[in-house]
Amino acid sequence: MSRKTQALAALCAGLMIAATGCGGSGDSGGDDNTITWWHNSNNDPGKGYYKQVAKDFEKANPGVKVKVEAFAHEDMLTKLDAAFQSGDPEQIPDVYMERGGGELADHVEAGLTKDLSEDAAEEIDMIGGSVAGWQVEDKTYALPFSIGVVGFWYNKELFAKAGITAAPTTMEDFYDAVEKLKAAKIQPVSVGAKDAWPAAHYYYWTAVRECSEDVLTSAVKSLDFSDPCFEKAGDDLADIVAQKPFNNGFLSTGAQEGPTSASGLLATGKVAMELAGHWEPGVMQGITEDKKGLGDKTGWFAFPQIEGGQGDPGAQMGGGDAWAVSEGAPDASVDFVKHLLSTDVQTGFAENGMGLPTNPDATGALTDPALADLIKVRDSAPYVQLYFDTAFGQAVGGAMNDAIVNVFAGKGTGADIVTATQEAADKEK
Amino acid sequence: MEILVFVTPALALIALFVAWPIVTAVRFSVYDWKGFGDLTDFVGLENYVEVLGDEVFRSAVGHNMVIVVGSILLQLPLGVAIALLLNRKMRGQGLLRTIIFVPYVLAEVIAAVVWLQLLQPQYGFIDAFTAQIGLTPPEQGWLGTPEYALWIVLLVLTWKYLGLAVLLFLAGMQGVSEELHEAAQLDGASWWQTQWRITIPLLGPTMRTWAFLSMIGSIQCFDMIWVLTQGGPANATATMATYLIDEGTKRHNYGIAGAASVILFVIAFAMALAYQVLILRRDTKEDTV
Repeated sequence: MSRKTQALAALCAGLMIAATGCGGSGDSGGDDNTITWWHNSNNDPGKGYYKQVAKDFEKANPGVKVKVEAFAHEDMLTKLDAAFQSGDPEQIPDVYMERGGGELADHVEAGLTKDLSEDAAEEIDMIGGSVAGWQVEDKTYALPFSIGVVGFWYNKELFAKAGITAAPTTMEDFYDAVEKLKAAKIQPVSVGAKDAWPAAHYYYWTAVRECSEDVLTSAVKSLDFSDPCFEKAGDDLADIVAQKPFNNGFLSTGAQEGPTSASGLLATGKVAMELAGHWEPGVMQGITEDKKGLGDKTGWFAFPQIEGGQGDPGAQMGGGDAWAVSEGAPDASVDFVKHLLSTDVQTGFAENGMGLPTNPDATGALTDPALADLIKVRDSAPYVQLYFDTAFGQAVGGAMNDAIVNVFAGKGTGADIVTATQEAADKEK
Repeated sequence: MEILVFVTPALALIALFVAWPIVTAVRFSVYDWKGFGDLTDFVGLENYVEVLGDEVFRSAVGHNMVIVVGSILLQLPLGVAIALLLNRKMRGQGLLRTIIFVPYVLAEVIAAVVWLQLLQPQYGFIDAFTAQIGLTPPEQGWLGTPEYALWIVLLVLTWKYLGLAVLLFLAGMQGVSEELHEAAQLDGASWWQTQWRITIPLLGPTMRTWAFLSMIGSIQCFDMIWVLTQGGPANATATMATYLIDEGTKRHNYGIAGAASVILFVIAFAMALAYQVLILRRDTKEDTV
């Protein structure tokens, strides 16, 4: 063979591999007795624990095989998007994670997700009100296995140093704490506004404080943001920003990557507090060298009350993850998801510190003290409002988050947030 | 017949990786599509109207143009000056050439991550350095201040791509005949006059080709910005490419993203065509005359 023909042969071979690679990688579904399960616990102990859970299920259900695939969170989301885009049941996993809200509604509308209302009625009853975020037109499409709330994580030592004796409960307390920290030359709060969502959580929270549950629930359905509480919440946010509580350069600070991110600044004692979800202790442990995060110094308090707000004082803002079954999945998948919500599996989930379990019989098994405290807050809340960007869907949520960051950058008002959100929402109707 | 055998693989590759994606993007752009399910909501040109009416997209086009013009205005004089310097026989020439060329060889993402660390507000080298010499860095950091962010990105891009300009100009200078220089020297021209009257004019075709490459690269600018600012703060550094990625993968507005990508394609194509007709033709004409 001359060199030219050799090269040509190699090229053709490459093309053939590429061509078969495009179509032939789907060994997932298809088979009636094999369940493909995608999850995001790709570190031990979670990874090993889930492997064991799958094995146990196989043992109890002879003939059924569970194919487990563990991904890093972002990778899993990207792969899920790609699988859904392909529309090919072979590529779509049988059991996967749903974050609920508008995203789930889109999946349901496209006929990708199975209705579990009847098959898992018992589990849905057991979980209680929290399933609301995974319901579309009164049908339940996924079973939440971990639900957390967002609040302020703080450094007890720095608070004491600044002379703050009690965690703030009202906005006045909060501003007072900010002043005391500044006087003690401590940066009060870190926020990763570069990633938009950490900044957006402030607005979600002011809205939960300003708006009644009815207004929020109906907004999710009607996508109508005309209630004045939404604008008021934006103005509250502008007030918070005007107090300058945030770390230097917060607009270019990331959320969780490395010691100079918002979580890193808290973990390394550079700031006194950060607004974040139940994942924060874990994230901080990953950032610090001793893998302890803030350790004993970790404190938590709920978002302060806003005077005159219509929201229930006990209401919380947060979100969670749920197991969903894809439309083309084998029947055993539903049993498997029910198994994942069982007291046994959820107890192990809690013991391993993988999240905040939703099965009430497992909530006592949390070993991490910070999470054990947090679950009490969650369980005593009259309702947990799902993150807005999830509840309203990414298109509306993305526009809202953008407008919120503008307020952080000093370039917008509450009215601007409402206008931008309503514009995006009108396109969805 | 033999030609067909050799051309087919290339055509197949072009069809698979160029033509097919373009056709698909155009198809997506006329539907309201969330990224899954069938393409059912045909909306015609609505997505285009929306993209063109979107303030963020229009500002993104503006930012792209700033990068196009800024890159040429900064890199052209700098590149020529450095190339002229490096074209003379001097000590440490190899080392200097390497220093200038290394950023270009570095992957854009790696370069961006390095600069991200350097520009880190408060803890980064740049802030520490400015504080040392008594300058107060902006409160939000260089990349966090909407008024500065785009200019900082432009500077980093200049640092990154100056090496390519210098390399091309140096190559162009090698093509300038030594005899012309000698003749000029005999006529009593100074070094500066020789460069100004002979080297630089003869470098014209190289500069025009380089400017073309720079323009196309600037219109598609993505990696550097994505790592440094993700188009922020408050969309101050959004480009057409970051806009379409944001709309597509983050918000699942694939129709909008499709329309934005088609508009990006049309703008790039029109600019390339205009450049060919108005500027590059001079070079080909000289050949045919």
